[in-house]
Amino acid sequence: MSAKPDQPYLLRKHKTEEWIGRGYTTICVMFLIVIIISIVYFVASKGITTFTKDGVSVSEFLFGTRWSPDDNHFGAFPFIYGSFLTSLLAAAIASPLSICAALFMTEIVPTWGKKLLQPVIELLAGIPSVVYGFIGLSILVPVLRDTFPGQGIGVAAGAIVLSIMILPTITSIATDALSSLPRNLKEASYGLGSTRWQTIKGVVLPTVMPSILTGVVLGMARAFGEALAVQMVIGNAPHVPSSLFESASTLTSVITLNMSNTVMGTAQNNALWSMALILLLMTFVFIFVVRLLERRHRL
Amino acid sequence: MTDLLRTQNLKVYYGQNEAVKGIDLNFAENSVTALIGPSGCGKSTFLRSLNRMNDEIADARQTGNIWIGDQDINAPGTDVTVLRQKIGMVWQRPNPFYKSIYDNIAFGPKYHGIRNKKELDRIVEESLRKAALWDEVKDRLSSSALSLSGGQQQRLCIARALSVNPSILLLDEPASALDPVSTSKIEELITELKQSLTIAIVTHNMQQAARVSDYTAYFYLGTLMEYGKTEIMFTNPTKPNTQEYISGRFG
Repeated sequence: MSAKPDQPYLLRKHKTEEWIGRGYTTICVMFLIVIIISIVYFVASKGITTFTKDGVSVSEFLFGTRWSPDDNHFGAFPFIYGSFLTSLLAAAIASPLSICAALFMTEIVPTWGKKLLQPVIELLAGIPSVVYGFIGLSILVPVLRDTFPGQGIGVAAGAIVLSIMILPTITSIATDALSSLPRNLKEASYGLGSTRWQTIKGVVLPTVMPSILTGVVLGMARAFGEALAVQMVIGNAPHVPSSLFESASTLTSVITLNMSNTVMGTAQNNALWSMALILLLMTFVFIFVVRLLERRHRL
Repeated sequence: MTDLLRTQNLKVYYGQNEAVKGIDLNFAENSVTALIGPSGCGKSTFLRSLNRMNDEIADARQTGNIWIGDQDINAPGTDVTVLRQKIGMVWQRPNPFYKSIYDNIAFGPKYHGIRNKKELDRIVEESLRKAALWDEVKDRLSSSALSLSGGQQQRLCIARALSVNPSILLLDEPASALDPVSTSKIEELITELKQSLTIAIVTHNMQQAARVSDYTAYFYLGTLMEYGKTEIMFTNPTKPNTQEYISGRFG
């Protein structure tokens, strides 16, 4: 450290480095923002043409039940209904399983439970959706066909396949939430003479519930957006199903099935964009709900 | 005076490591026993073994006897849920449940079968009064326990421990995370509570030990180095090691 007397050593060095680092990260962020804005803009501008150019009313699109592009009926309600029904059912099936699995790993046998289940969960998350769909089609659908009325393919099959696909999402978020719970909070409960079950029910679960709900919402968001696996087992009939074992469609399955069969700019193609817009808006809603839950948790 | 709680050759292991190496200690009834000693001397581990809280740590195990009257609570088959109602505990950091003030106190009694709302109300008020917190919170029993200050939270935790009517209270550095004013409130409270309870307190604060305790046990490297009446321990300890620790020469 021999600073020259005529050069003040408190002068900032590394100025250029900082400037480059700052500039580079800013460009990356800007790039992401531009991409997101352009996607939203593109989907929105395309999706709106159904209503502006093709003269379909918003209410007909959202609540109309007749989907027949050939004679200009674009009621997308069956698909919206199908999407909500399958993802809600999937969350309803997966949540209890996931929460119990997370409790098993963190509370019941923390010693080997996590070592055993963690790889399983990661493996489940890594299986491609087409494999889920294929397994669903060749194992689940025949079982459903033999036990319940109907063809086997339908809402129930879609919901079950989806529930297995979202198990890892909910489980890993619930596990993180449970293991971040301060130990002395549990001990406070044990210290009052509570049993483990009373502690889980009275302290552990209520305390981490907002985080667990975040996991459930994210799982639902994933189920809502999943296309391929659902499309393979749901049957893709464009009507509102009257039973869980009846064939139906979801927004995503209709888009993937029809996208390549329609011509850009036609009313049918535009209607598909409108559905994509609905999916996008739903994503915003899910993110909003998650934010809301997180804010509540911080209090 | 009868000895309510005493340990006999109590050893606690974490895995292979023997953290508490055979302690014989008697806790005099309706008095405060301070457990002092340098960090890692096993005093907190010893305290946690008294209500079997070490059971909740996977690789911990303890041998020896802990007597309450003529019952050995360290014997296998002891119902720790009943035991822990008798022996309450307060931790270093205030750890109120993420619930209302009322529900924090009512938590224990509810799980022990008290459903009657009036009875619960009575227990909540009585516990909060005993912990000298009632006047500060009586108008906002339904607000979150986390809205209280650190010192209030710690008194809430003491009230919560009292709610199941223990006869022994274990305090693990109950004031070390608090400011001086809150600390002195806790100390007053301890002096108040010993009228009806047997209290064991772990503390790093020598003045605090001298102020609140009747007996002092000095732990060193997992053994009980010296035990005696507090005024004698602090003025005329027999062992030089005790003398050095108490006067602040190490630790």
